[in-house]
Amino acid sequence: MNAFTRTLAVLLPVVMLWGCSTAPTTTDADAGGDAAMTTTTDSGMGSAGMGSGVEVGEVGGSEVFSGDPLTDPNSMLAKRTVYFDFDKSEIKSEAREIIEAHARYLSANPSVRIVVEGHCDERGTREYNLSLGERRAKAVQQVVSLLGVSSSQVEIVSYGEERPAAMGHDEDAWAMNRRVEFIY
Amino acid sequence: MKFFAQLVRVFCISLLLSGTARAGLTIDITQGVDGALPIAVVPFGWQGPAMNPPQDIAEIISGDLRRSGMFAPLSRTDMLSRPQDGSQINYRDWRLLGTSSLVIGRMTAVGDLYKIQFQLFDVNREAQLVGYSFSVAEKELRRIAHQISDIIFETLTGDKGAFNTRMAYITSKVWRTNNVRYYALHVADVDGHNPQLVIRSRHPIMSPSWSPDGRKLAYVSFENRRSMIFMQDIFTAERRKVAAFKGINGAPAWSPDGTRLAMSLSKDGNSELYVMHVASGKLQRLTNHRAIDTEPSWSPDGQNIVFTSDRGGKPQIYQVSSHGGKPKRLTFEGRYNAKPTYSPDGKRIAMVSGRNGKFHIAVLELDSGFVQILTKSRLDESPSFAPNGSMIIYATEYLNRGVLAAVSVDGRVQQRIALDEDGDAREPAWGPFLTINNRE
Repeated sequence: MNAFTRTLAVLLPVVMLWGCSTAPTTTDADAGGDAAMTTTTDSGMGSAGMGSGVEVGEVGGSEVFSGDPLTDPNSMLAKRTVYFDFDKSEIKSEAREIIEAHARYLSANPSVRIVVEGHCDERGTREYNLSLGERRAKAVQQVVSLLGVSSSQVEIVSYGEERPAAMGHDEDAWAMNRRVEFIY
Repeated sequence: MKFFAQLVRVFCISLLLSGTARAGLTIDITQGVDGALPIAVVPFGWQGPAMNPPQDIAEIISGDLRRSGMFAPLSRTDMLSRPQDGSQINYRDWRLLGTSSLVIGRMTAVGDLYKIQFQLFDVNREAQLVGYSFSVAEKELRRIAHQISDIIFETLTGDKGAFNTRMAYITSKVWRTNNVRYYALHVADVDGHNPQLVIRSRHPIMSPSWSPDGRKLAYVSFENRRSMIFMQDIFTAERRKVAAFKGINGAPAWSPDGTRLAMSLSKDGNSELYVMHVASGKLQRLTNHRAIDTEPSWSPDGQNIVFTSDRGGKPQIYQVSSHGGKPKRLTFEGRYNAKPTYSPDGKRIAMVSGRNGKFHIAVLELDSGFVQILTKSRLDESPSFAPNGSMIIYATEYLNRGVLAAVSVDGRVQQRIALDEDGDAREPAWGPFLTINNRE
C-alpha cells in the first residue's frame, strides 16, 4: 500500500462523517493509523497536576509498593511535565530532578520507549513556536541521553502552541503551557 | 485503487456541498474612515418566473462597499425613487440626498442563466462612468455581485478591488456530544459567505498557504502524530503528503509562480529553510544556522524570501535570496518580530511585533525601514494581505475567543470577523484574485 492509498484510507472515515450532520463519535482522522500511539498524544491535554498552585501531600509508609515505579503515584516518575520560561528552552533547576528520574528509569528499562513532547504558550507566532517546542523537547532529550539513555528510546515531537494544557489567555495558563511532557 | 480514489473523491465533494451551513463568518466594521464616499445602490430590477430574484445583487454590492470602510451606502428606506434604467434617474433627488455616485441594474432570467446589467453614474456630472452586462448561472450570482463591487471600487478609487476573493482559516472547537476537540481548515468568500470545509481532524491543522492560482492549499497537519505538510486541491479534494521528513515539517509558502514551496524542516538537526520543487519533490536548502529559521514568505517577484530567525538571540525578520546566500537582518526595533509576509507590491512587510508583552500587527516599509504598528489588542498574529494590498487580515483574541479581524494598511479601517458558531478561528490566509471572464 503506498503513501497515497494510506492517506485515502485515513481520510475515508472522516469524509463519511462529514457527509452526515451529526458530530463524530469515536472514529477520527487517525482511525486507520497507528493504534499503538493513540494513548500517547491524547494524554497531552491533561497530564499530571504540576503547577495547579496546590500540592496535596500524602504521608506514605503504611503500604508496601511492589509494582512498576511508573505507576507509583509517590514516585518522581509520576511527574510527567517540566516547565519553561517564555521563549526559553533552558532546563530549570526544579525540572532537572524530574528529568533525571525518567532517565534512570529508561536506562534501567531499555525496552521502554517514550515520546518527549514540546509545547509553547500562545504568545508569539505559531510556526516559530513549533520550532521552539522542538528545541525544548531536544533540551530535555539531551539531558536524558547524557544520563545514558539510548536515543532509540526517545522520540521527539513538537506541537508548538497547538495543544495547550490550560485554555486561558493569562500568565497562569501560559505557565502551564510552556512545557515538555514525557509520554509513556 | 482507482475505484477507491474515485469513491473518496465523491465523498469529499458531497462534503464540500453539504458543509456550507457551518462555520460562517459575520463581518462588522469596528472603525471606518471619516468622509466615506456617499453612494446609492438601488435594488436591481427583476424579470423572471419567481416572485423574487435568487440573490439580492444590490444588497451584496452595498455590503462589500460598506465593509471596505471607504463607502457609505445609502439606506434603501431613504431612497426617493428606485430607477432601473438610466432614463428613470432624477439626478436632483439624489443630489438632495447627498449621494455622489449611483448604481442601478437589472436582472433577467434567461433559461437556466441570469442576465445581470449594471450602470454606475456620477450624480453631479449626470453621466455614466461604467456599465457592464453578464450572463451567469445561479451559483455564480454572488461572485458576479462581488465582481461588480470590484469594478465600482476601481472606477471610484483608482485601486483594484478585492471583493471577489476567498480566504482560508483554521477553526478549533470542542464538540459537545463527545467532548473532543476538532481542528478544521475552511475556505469562505471574503465577505464571510459560502464557507466550505476543506479538512477536519482530531489533531491540529495549521499554516494554510494558497497556491497563486487559488486552486490549492498547502497546510500542516498533525494527523500522523507530528507535523507534516500536505497539499490539497480545494475543488476536487484530492490531496497528497508533500513533506514528512524526520522532525518538524512546517511553514509551507507557495512561490509566486506556483512551482516551488518554501518550508521549514528540522530533518538536518534544527529548523532550517528549504525550497521544494513541487513537481519533482527536489529540495534546496536555503539556511544553515543553529538558530530557528522558519515562517518564509516570497517576494512577489520570487527573488527573495523573508523569514523569522532567532540567530541574533531573539526572533527577528531576515531576508535571503530564494536561491540561497547570506541572510540580511531587516528588523531592529522591539524584542520580538516574526511571521513576515510581503505586500503584493513587494514594498512592505507585515509582521507580528511583540512589545511590552503584547503582540501587534506591524508594517515595515522596506525602503525607509519605517515601522508602523497597526493594531491595538494584545495577541494579534498571522497577518495576510488582500491581493490588492489594501487590507491585512489577521487573528486576534476577543472576549476570550480566537477571532479574525482586518485592518487597512493605513490603520484607519478596522473590521471584526466573527465565527457564526462557538469555537476559535485563527490563521486567516487571503487568497489570490479570482477572475471570471464572462463579461459581455
